[in-house]
Amino acid sequence: MEFFHTIIAILESTIRVSVPLIFAALAGLFTERAGVFDIGLEGKMLGAAFAAGAVAAVTGSVMMGLLAAILISVLLSLVHGYASITQRGSQIVSGVAINFIVAGSTVILGEAWFKQGGRTPALAGDARFQTVTFPFADAVKDVPIFGPIYSNLLSGHFILTYVAFLLVPFSWWVLYRTRFGLRLRAVGENPGAVDTAGISVIWLRYRAVICCGILCGFAGAYLSLAMSAGFVKGMTAGKGYIALAALIFAKWRPVNIMLACLLFGFLDALAIRLQGNPLPLIGQVPVQLMQALPYILTVILLAGFIGKAIPPKAGGIPYVKER
Amino acid sequence: MSNPYAKLPGWAEYGLIPLVNLVVAFLVAGLVVLLVGENPLEAAYHMINGAFGRGEYIGFTLYYATTFIFTGLSVAVAFHAGLFNIGSEGQAYIGGIGVALACLWLDKTMPWFVVFPLAIFGSAAFGALWAFLPGWLQAKRGSHVVITTIMFNFIASSLMVYLLTRVLKPLGSMAPQTRTFEAGGQLPKLDWLMSIFGLDLGNSPFNVSFLLAILAAFGVWVLIWRTKLGYEMRTMGHSPSSARYAGIGEARITVIVMMISGGLAGLMALNPIMGEQYRMQLDFVQGAGFVGIAVALMGRSHPAGIIPAAILFGMLYQGGAEIAFEMPAISRDMIVIIQGLVILFAGALENMFRPAIGRAFASIGRRSAAAAQTRGA
Amino acid sequence: MSDIAIELRGIDKSFGLVHANKNINLTVRKGTIHGIIGENGAGKSTLMSILYGFYQADSGDIVVDGNKVTIKDPNAAIASGIGMVHQHFMLVENFTVLENVMLGAEDSQILNTSISKARVELKRLEKEYALEVNPDALIEELPVGLQQRVEILKALYRKADILILDEPTGVLTPPEADHLFRILGQLKDQGKTIIFITHKLREIMAITDEVSVMRRGEMVATRHTKETSVEELAELMVGRRVLLRVEKGTANPGEVKFAVENLTVRDGRGVTMVDNVSFNLRAGEIVGIAGVAGNGQSELLEAISGIRKAVGGTVLLNGKPIDVTGHVDPRELRDRGLAHVPEDRHHVGLVLKFEEAENGILGYHHDKRYLNGVFLNTKAIQADAEEKIKKYDIRPPNPRLKTANFSGGNQQKIVLAREMERGPDVLIIGQPTRGVDVGAIEFIHKRIIEMRDQGKAVLLVSVELDEIRALSDRIIVMFAGRVVGERDPDATEGELGLLMAGVEGRKEAAE
Repeated sequence: MEFFHTIIAILESTIRVSVPLIFAALAGLFTERAGVFDIGLEGKMLGAAFAAGAVAAVTGSVMMGLLAAILISVLLSLVHGYASITQRGSQIVSGVAINFIVAGSTVILGEAWFKQGGRTPALAGDARFQTVTFPFADAVKDVPIFGPIYSNLLSGHFILTYVAFLLVPFSWWVLYRTRFGLRLRAVGENPGAVDTAGISVIWLRYRAVICCGILCGFAGAYLSLAMSAGFVKGMTAGKGYIALAALIFAKWRPVNIMLACLLFGFLDALAIRLQGNPLPLIGQVPVQLMQALPYILTVILLAGFIGKAIPPKAGGIPYVKER
Repeated sequence: MSNPYAKLPGWAEYGLIPLVNLVVAFLVAGLVVLLVGENPLEAAYHMINGAFGRGEYIGFTLYYATTFIFTGLSVAVAFHAGLFNIGSEGQAYIGGIGVALACLWLDKTMPWFVVFPLAIFGSAAFGALWAFLPGWLQAKRGSHVVITTIMFNFIASSLMVYLLTRVLKPLGSMAPQTRTFEAGGQLPKLDWLMSIFGLDLGNSPFNVSFLLAILAAFGVWVLIWRTKLGYEMRTMGHSPSSARYAGIGEARITVIVMMISGGLAGLMALNPIMGEQYRMQLDFVQGAGFVGIAVALMGRSHPAGIIPAAILFGMLYQGGAEIAFEMPAISRDMIVIIQGLVILFAGALENMFRPAIGRAFASIGRRSAAAAQTRGA
Repeated sequence: MSDIAIELRGIDKSFGLVHANKNINLTVRKGTIHGIIGENGAGKSTLMSILYGFYQADSGDIVVDGNKVTIKDPNAAIASGIGMVHQHFMLVENFTVLENVMLGAEDSQILNTSISKARVELKRLEKEYALEVNPDALIEELPVGLQQRVEILKALYRKADILILDEPTGVLTPPEADHLFRILGQLKDQGKTIIFITHKLREIMAITDEVSVMRRGEMVATRHTKETSVEELAELMVGRRVLLRVEKGTANPGEVKFAVENLTVRDGRGVTMVDNVSFNLRAGEIVGIAGVAGNGQSELLEAISGIRKAVGGTVLLNGKPIDVTGHVDPRELRDRGLAHVPEDRHHVGLVLKFEEAENGILGYHHDKRYLNGVFLNTKAIQADAEEKIKKYDIRPPNPRLKTANFSGGNQQKIVLAREMERGPDVLIIGQPTRGVDVGAIEFIHKRIIEMRDQGKAVLLVSVELDEIRALSDRIIVMFAGRVVGERDPDATEGELGLLMAGVEGRKEAAE
């Protein structure tokens, strides 16, 4: 029974750490499927987390915080869009640039405005997301097996957590069952086909980039308004890159993305849980290995040893009308 | 097929456009300074004073520049072959192992000039090793080097934490770092070089690895434009299908170029480890690999551009510390913003001002032609 | 209602220094097939791109069905009833036929309703125009002819009354082209107007009602097809009598220099592109390979020059085998006396961003003449370039100039000089005069004959049948990856055409 509770606890924290990954990886899904590669997920998420923490602290409203997060993240996306769609610059260079600009400015602005060493003030009450408790969660808590699963694993998360998991089927539906999704996937494969069909490649890609911004906004808001009570400098700590890895690992497919994020989240949760404790059967595993495992797995996948990740055909290439 | 932008004279292409991009990056950075309620001009004054005001400051500026020359060259070499190595950061980090091993082994028994060549070899070898895998994976398995090098940065970071907390740390110590090296593991400073210009180095760690960096820059120039390998690299960078036609093995070049790039990144480790801290610490690279991207883009991947670009970033790092001291609202993170802005304007948006500049040149050309005509008439 | 479908008045368009369209006037009557003919680079595609809203004209008017219209993007063109079948298909390869057809013309935000409507409409179109294709097939799994059919369906689905086809037969086999012509005839009968762009005179004569000729950005003439002749059109296209015969003496073939036996090559998707091909080249003769583009010639060239791996067969160079199925180093082949002028000089034969002199050593950069140890001998490279510039009259005569700044003909001369001046035993040339100006064509043809007269074995691959007939001593015809026949250069165009169409070939193979 003790073991079971440990498992539940690990799975619970798996969900907690997976949520920002899911938001960010789905964000990447929208732009990359449209042919705009984005290694700036990290920066957008960080900028959003800061905006959320700062605005929620000042206004005392979690919703204002969320809106600010989305706004900032979309603005950053538009910078990336301007550089890579309008100016046809290198998408990778632009993504790298955004990551740095945000990493620096969140600290400078945070320190200038709040003077707490790059933090935003701790949030409480309405300024932070509250957990949602399912009906009867308390009542069934002690029912064996079902109790812990229902009241600990399923119930008791932030509203954004449920939003993240609902976004998975929703994204699938948008991409594969709507006109927008059809066009978006087409522009990532052959922008010429979209252009000659009378659809603006540029506007379509901008819309994809904006979708990415909105979702990164959620990811950032989750970090500073739900997972923590405020912004801490550098709080994304590479999550944007893990999300990118998950996106590739999932071969640019929505449901796979959720599974990949849960896997990477699980590894993270396990690493935190173990912290020097031996793993049954395997024995002592250095925590650093657990932390590096998502990246190692992605490299192995990229190397084609477990399936092949084929990116959208027009990805990374600015669209130029042929002459 | 043809260049969509008007052809510009060389000095405009390689001088004016980077300069305009740089100025815009600084203007935007100035806006951030305004946003935190400080005076950008005052900040600029402290920056320049902090970077060049005294011999000691200049020493620090050049110390940082040394680091950035290595990483800038690392990124640039890969650019020439059409590869984007975002992994210089991790390669430099792993390169540190080579330096540390050489120093830990011989620092007590040998003088620095014996340890130094070994450390050079070690750092380059370990850096090259860390770049070999992404290069090999791209060459043989088709995995994109951009993504794999990002992954390898994180793997390097975890690996180094492990090594520094478990393996390389002296017994009984709590700090995640190697022991401090004895005299053999300490590079001499370049006092004599500074004194030629009548400057006093003070406490700054400006050391002989700077000379190695200059040598490396020259070596890269020779490599790219004066060797067969460089010719093959550039062929592949411009047109992979032409390379195949010419019998230039893409896989071979990819692996070799990545290893050269990684080796150059690895050399960077000499500067902080043997030149300043005299031990290997956690996170000693401090983002220099990423600065290398900005430096390579600013310097247009040419060594003659990379050296000034690296000095510029050295100035930012050193002057930025001075700003942080004089104007507490502006911490050293300001540099990170400027770095990002430079990457944005000199890299992703490099063509933003080109049409306007091209038009300006075209109209000047027309006007002077018209003027010549009226004079002639 | 007017009986004029499209009228262009004074269309002018420049790209930088290139004046692509000069004051173009054109009138296309309703319910006709109107051909537009001209050499590569005459400005046909630019004009049609303006009509389809891909580019905007610098000046001039477009009148559709009697109304002056502004076509600022393809959407506006579609709204005016104009549809276009592009030379390179604008299809999403991993989408189904249905998805491609409705892309951009979906009638609701939700796909399901669009799909079912599109399916019904597609069925109707298929029936009406006899354009059958499985709506659920993925594009990447369809043969080229069917992909083109999907492009036509796309235009019809958008209710196009005016259909522009840009070089539609370039990728088709002759039977596929015939089928296309039948479809176009049917569309005409249903009242559609068709603008047919090509540089092939035969096609113009076969299906058009009227024909307009473009030359160097200008519209030089419009004729009723019935009242003109191939000769007149050819003259209008080129501006003077075309020299179809190149002056050359008789060949004196010597020993076999290059032998290909049972060569089989597959492309990246595993499709067999070269199927069991055998032939040989003798010293002092030119062997031409004729065929419609895409019948395996490119893959054959790549395989015998060491760029692409073959799956079977043997190749002998000077009597010694080349390991075509294993690892071939193009460098080794060069050392053994094989020179290769590739079909695509922009992406293969040259590095456009290199200086002229740097391109002069591409592939020969291992040669000791150009090296000091591992270093480049820049002086020798420069001197070598200057010599070739003089000999081949490459203009401008500046070895430091970036290659992209040379004209097509001069670029081709750079490649030829590099490959010919080495004195190879075997010279393989793909599309020697594609995109090359008339003056340079003569020069290039003469040089090729000279090489033959010096006793080199020359393999010539070209999609220009005239060129093949003018230069070759023997002609091999390829169809669907196979050699379907060998003929003398005296063989008639019709005979070769049938072979290229695979008609005769199949008979021969069956016998």
